[in-house]
Amino acid sequence: MEDIFGQLSQQAINGITIGGVYALIAIGYTMVYGVLSMLNFAHGELYMIGGFTGWWVLQIFSINHVPVMNAALLISLMIVLSMAVSALLGLAIERIAYRPLRKAPRMNLLLSSLGVSIFIQNFILYFQGAKVKVFHISHLIPEGIRTFHVGGVVISFMRIIVILACFFLMVILTLIIKKTNIGKSIRATAQDIEAAAFMGIDTDKIIVIVFLIGSALGGAAGILVSLLFTQVDYYVGFQAGLKGFTAAVLGGIGSIPGAMAGGLLLGICEAMAVTFFPSAYKDVVAFAILIAVLIFRPQGLMGERIREKV
Amino acid sequence: METKPILELKQVNACYGKIQVLYNINMRILPGELICLLGGNASGKSTTLKTILGIVRPRDGRVILNGETINKKPTNYIIRNGVSIVPENRRIFPRMTVLENLEIGAMHRKDKSQVKRDIEAMFELFPRLKQRIGRQGMVLSGGEQQMLAMARALLSNPSVLLMDEPSMGLSPALVDQQFEIIENINKKGTTILMVEQNATMALSIADRGYVLQTGEIVLDDTAENLLHHSGMQTAYLGGEL
Repeated sequence: MEDIFGQLSQQAINGITIGGVYALIAIGYTMVYGVLSMLNFAHGELYMIGGFTGWWVLQIFSINHVPVMNAALLISLMIVLSMAVSALLGLAIERIAYRPLRKAPRMNLLLSSLGVSIFIQNFILYFQGAKVKVFHISHLIPEGIRTFHVGGVVISFMRIIVILACFFLMVILTLIIKKTNIGKSIRATAQDIEAAAFMGIDTDKIIVIVFLIGSALGGAAGILVSLLFTQVDYYVGFQAGLKGFTAAVLGGIGSIPGAMAGGLLLGICEAMAVTFFPSAYKDVVAFAILIAVLIFRPQGLMGERIREKV
Repeated sequence: METKPILELKQVNACYGKIQVLYNINMRILPGELICLLGGNASGKSTTLKTILGIVRPRDGRVILNGETINKKPTNYIIRNGVSIVPENRRIFPRMTVLENLEIGAMHRKDKSQVKRDIEAMFELFPRLKQRIGRQGMVLSGGEQQMLAMARALLSNPSVLLMDEPSMGLSPALVDQQFEIIENINKKGTTILMVEQNATMALSIADRGYVLQTGEIVLDDTAENLLHHSGMQTAYLGGEL
């Protein structure tokens, strides 16, 4: 009994970690869907680029696979630059692949996003190769604080960093969305883009800001997972994108709190499933939950059906 | 000396793709006037408003606001320079509270302390909104949504207020109240251009009116004359004038 409780606690921590990451990815999907009613299937690649940027930064500041910079500074630099590079790439994608199709049918945008995804994946494959890039960071964290034991639960230092970073970014985003004029403009644009324009909101600028924020969070998710599992490759964006999309639909596509809740729920359910089933089945459990939610609550957990009043 | 128009449309033609919807529209609106734009379905009334706002771009002709040609200006520029709209079907933000909806209306204003006072003034004009201040837009009744849409538009301090079908979907009692409020807003100095299907009600409070038919202005006269014009019925029943 104690053993199962210990396992569940351990999996809860694992689930919160990966769930926080799913939430960050899902926010990007849901924000873009909110303002453009499109699924940005290239979003997973921004996650992958986030991971690669971190690895490139690590290469620059390492000699013979040994980092030569203060650990806190290096990790912060990796996270910040990953977010910045993914954000800039997100902006470029919006400008080149989506803006010209703004008035085209949604299917054209969807196909364009798939094309962008395939292009970025193959671009990285061509220039970086298919081999997994390993993060040699085992010596970055001092030995005494690499892992913590709380009861029967083992928490690594990097896992704590990932959880804290995810929740910090979610809190910051929530404050921006709730308290600032930019946030209110994003919400207004997501709820009714033409009415937002009627209010004097520059909706084109808001769409750019949404891509900027969503892509930066995708990049953050990418580097955080790469730091946690110490590796990245050109194909990681596909699976992560799929999970982020699932979390966004689970929470109610278009809803930012829904994306956060959906991500956390998906991560925890996946982790818990590992306690009872072989780990290979965790995706089956995740998608079974998604199908159940879509059958019984098609608008997702926090999505709302709006009835027009006359 | 002749009073300068606050808003003017000169020979405006507009299209949706290859289909022309407005033909040589000429309108001249003076400060403080209440003008109604009448016409049957698909006559181009809402398109005229969208053309003024820059959402539909005129193919040719000029839209002039306070002496400045605004044809190529973005919508947010036009709104920030004194045009505001109460859109058709209200278009309030459903998952924002009443207060947030009002704040959005005044978002581009720099005089934040005055905005607070103006919001209080809106609550005096529409006391029902104060009672619903924390409720989300989607739970409001149609009448409350209409009040909110009007208050939100007024909070941008417009020099010209556009109103698209303000009586649509409201009960007869609310329609009377609605037109009374519109008249009061105009009397306080706001210039209003109102698109309305309810021609009799609209003309009863307006100074002048324009009647559109398949994208062309077919009548342009004082409200009084239009009310008694024999062609009005014909225009509304779809006949030729």
